Amino acid sequence: MNGCGFTTKNITINNMATIDSSLKNMLLTLLIITAISGTSLGFVYKMTKEPIAAAKAKKQQKAIKLVVAEFTNNPAEDVVELTSKEGFPIKIFPARKDNQLVGVAVETMTNKGFGGDVRLMVGFKPDGTIINYQVLEHKETPGLGTKMGLWFKTDKGNQSVLGKNPGTSKLTVSKDGGDVDAITAATISSRAFLDAVRIGYETFMDNKNKIEKGAAQ
Amino acid sequence: MNQWKNFSKGFFKENAVFTLLLGMCPTLGVTSSAINGLGMGLATTFVLVMANLVISLIKDVIPEKVRIPAFIVVIATFVTIVEMLMQAYVPALYDSLGLFIPLIVVNCIVLGRAEAFASKNSVGASIVDGLGMGLGFAMALTLLGSVRELLGSGKLFDISIYPEDYGMLVFVLAPGAFIALGYMIAIIDKMKKA
Repeated sequence: MNGCGFTTKNITINNMATIDSSLKNMLLTLLIITAISGTSLGFVYKMTKEPIAAAKAKKQQKAIKLVVAEFTNNPAEDVVELTSKEGFPIKIFPARKDNQLVGVAVETMTNKGFGGDVRLMVGFKPDGTIINYQVLEHKETPGLGTKMGLWFKTDKGNQSVLGKNPGTSKLTVSKDGGDVDAITAATISSRAFLDAVRIGYETFMDNKNKIEKGAAQ
Repeated sequence: MNQWKNFSKGFFKENAVFTLLLGMCPTLGVTSSAINGLGMGLATTFVLVMANLVISLIKDVIPEKVRIPAFIVVIATFVTIVEMLMQAYVPALYDSLGLFIPLIVVNCIVLGRAEAFASKNSVGASIVDGLGMGLGFAMALTLLGSVRELLGSGKLFDISIYPEDYGMLVFVLAPGAFIALGYMIAIIDKMKKA
């Protein structure tokens, strides 16, 4: 009766299907059921639309606050949407204080992660020095690649990328001749992380004029 | 039937994970930590109770030949509702469970209970059955998640018990899920026979 192998020891007051399985009945029943479920889903969707958007905006806001210095504008309003040379969508949130660009939060990504896409929010000073970062989304191996959330912030050996400038230091893993220690047993995730940082940095630098000009207006 | 017996069978005698070995995909996939297991278990419980309730209500007006599609539509509706509610009100949990929530639709336990129980029993008994089965599933997932989290990363519900460096990484990964589950089933089997 069912592919799940249930032992139906329960009492059965069998009154299933008092309605005939005629085509008309079947069509009508399914139509009514899907119509009701569609309506209720639409209702819940409407109800949760705002809280979902608010939760997403809050997460973004929190990440921006974490990765750039103090600002007085609303970076989410001044966002510049760009495409990197690799074709990834990049969002740059300029942080300004008294109309002066104090830093940018760059939402960057790469598809070179061990489990696919890795999305980061990286904060750069106007000269390109990394202020801080936050991992937004990844599908790396738990316990290995997932360590990237803290690893590249920890001041131990050559782990940390904070305060470094991708323009002047070689931000690749030491195995590839760079200056950064990779996460133990997660070189691919480390490479992906640094790749996303590089993409963010390059996209920011290529469009720096445009972003700074925005400040003058 | 005795309602208490109906409720408690989900925990031990007919526990979905430890006895019936159903719903293995979410069981092995999400239980890398106790809190994930609990979240998944409670989401499934909600779907089970609501689906059982609706199906026991409409069982008399569904032609037998289309009962499975009808059940699946009901179940899928509740799963989508859970997904949207989670995304709106507990985004942190949604981030870690996101991928597995839609899979509740094809969770054998939910359709199994609809077919084997709710379509033959009264509304009250079906709700109790859904609650018992769901909470039993949640208990199993939380237990398995706790064991894996403790052995793998030295934490329990995110509270550090011993330094993470001493943890056995394999328990956080998929093979560890099989190992931990296997031993837990063996222990529970032994307890049942004793």
